[in-house]
Amino acid sequence: MSMVPALEIENLSKTYPNEFQALKGISMSVQQGDFFALLGPNGAGKSTTIGIICSLVAKTGGAVRVHGVDIDIDFALAKKYIGIVPQEFNFNVFEKTRDILLTQAGYYGIPRHLAEERADAYLKKLGLWEKRDVPSRMLSGGMKRRLMIARALIHEPKLLILDEPTAGVDIEMRRSMWDFLKEINGKGTTIILTTHYLEEAEALCRNIAIINHGEIVENSSMKNLIRRLHKEVFILDCAQDLPDEVSVEDFTVRRTDAHTLEVEVEKGQHLNKVFEALSDQGITVQSMRNRANRLEEMFVNLVEGTAA
Amino acid sequence: MNWTEQYIAFMTILRKEIRRYTRIWTQTLLPSAITMSLYFVIFGTLVGSRIGEMGGFTYMQFVVPGLIMMAIVTNSYSNVVSSFFGSKFNNSIEELLVSPTPNYIILWGYIIGGVTRGLAVAVIVTCVALFFTHLSIHSFPVVIGIVTMTSVLFALAGFINAVFANSFDDISIVPTFVLTPLIYLGGVFYSLDLLPEFWRNVSQLNPLVYVVNAFRYGVLGVSDVSIEFAFGMIAFFTIIAYAYCMYLLNSGTRLRQ
Repeated sequence: MSMVPALEIENLSKTYPNEFQALKGISMSVQQGDFFALLGPNGAGKSTTIGIICSLVAKTGGAVRVHGVDIDIDFALAKKYIGIVPQEFNFNVFEKTRDILLTQAGYYGIPRHLAEERADAYLKKLGLWEKRDVPSRMLSGGMKRRLMIARALIHEPKLLILDEPTAGVDIEMRRSMWDFLKEINGKGTTIILTTHYLEEAEALCRNIAIINHGEIVENSSMKNLIRRLHKEVFILDCAQDLPDEVSVEDFTVRRTDAHTLEVEVEKGQHLNKVFEALSDQGITVQSMRNRANRLEEMFVNLVEGTAA
Repeated sequence: MNWTEQYIAFMTILRKEIRRYTRIWTQTLLPSAITMSLYFVIFGTLVGSRIGEMGGFTYMQFVVPGLIMMAIVTNSYSNVVSSFFGSKFNNSIEELLVSPTPNYIILWGYIIGGVTRGLAVAVIVTCVALFFTHLSIHSFPVVIGIVTMTSVLFALAGFINAVFANSFDDISIVPTFVLTPLIYLGGVFYSLDLLPEFWRNVSQLNPLVYVVNAFRYGVLGVSDVSIEFAFGMIAFFTIIAYAYCMYLLNSGTRLRQ
């Protein structure tokens, strides 16, 4: 017997009182154990979708099921399955860090002793233990993000939804949060992530949906999506001073400075040919890197395609 | 949620509310003690000694029940309006809204939080009053009943105010321009018998008249209005306010988009 999806959305629509149609009947499904990216430009409908799933926004039409539980039938049960990390800080800044976790556990009916055990475990795990008795307003931005993750996990949800969890977080902290999210995903928690850092989605997520103007414009596996990329741009750092004109047959090559080349490689082309041609011209390539995130290019193409 | 989980959720909200107002006790508990002490000194001792008896009691004894009730009304109201609006303002109300806590538990958590503050201030003010006059209770059931019902009613009213408030200014408009005049004109400082007939009849429209007089009856055994009618009116308004609060929560008015 196949498992019920962690999240099923069918023909979900939302029109705000000012007539703005934020969602135009989107459908998607997230399987249990998945690490799923929900991408889209600002105002695309990501936060509205998440708001509907966790009850902060009332839907206009359609259906949402969390682990098979229809939110129109038993929203309280569906809510038990969901942990939400919102985009904006939404805790009482006068409350102490540990109290915020204990209070949230109480809202889910978790007995005090169990709540304390879990709160202490997450505070330690997420590097907040030393700040447990500090009012939350005294925490740094990264700590506040981690506090919201700990809060979302306190009732051990099956589905964790993170709305831009690493916004404003430094690179080191972002990497450690990625490791933590991978760890809990590895233990079976389904994760849905919205982010503006496409590199983050590429590094973490197995499946992806791109939403724009309230419609799903792409929904596939990350591998499939990336396979469809037509073109990549590589930056080659060369050992010698480059001549003013460098060319490689069948490739577009640009000299950006005395030691650097940009080469466009289209689907089906091979970099070996570039290296051979450069080598014949006496040019030695010392190192190579992507110019831009490939997913970002795909994202821009998809979004621009629907904007027309 | 099963009953145990609902109980835990209720106690969590209540504990949070009590923690909030005790953490800022200089803003929540102390002002009433100071204000009431001033009332007792000025109206009870200084002015009251020149007024003489009212309703068969010294003026100080006459005003004490009204002043205690005034503290209960304002504190029950202010606690819920500031706490719930504060949660809306900093979006921490979302913590509750995304949880499976039923709406009636959310409401009762905030209401009983307001009631405990109202009662805490009532105890403080009563203790202060005992420095100025002797107090004995005429009817414990009436005192307990009226204090509880009044506290619940004004906590509900505070909740409604908080739901509709858009700014901190909005949560002070009702207490300043509605609640305080109604309290002052509700017979706290005078017997309705002193008023000309027209104003005495107008006063009957003021719900605070019933609250103050019912409490005064519980303490002193005298009232300007029928106790049964007073209880009936307070119960009626409490049921209406509760139903409206539940409607606001269930419909998500001003809480969910």
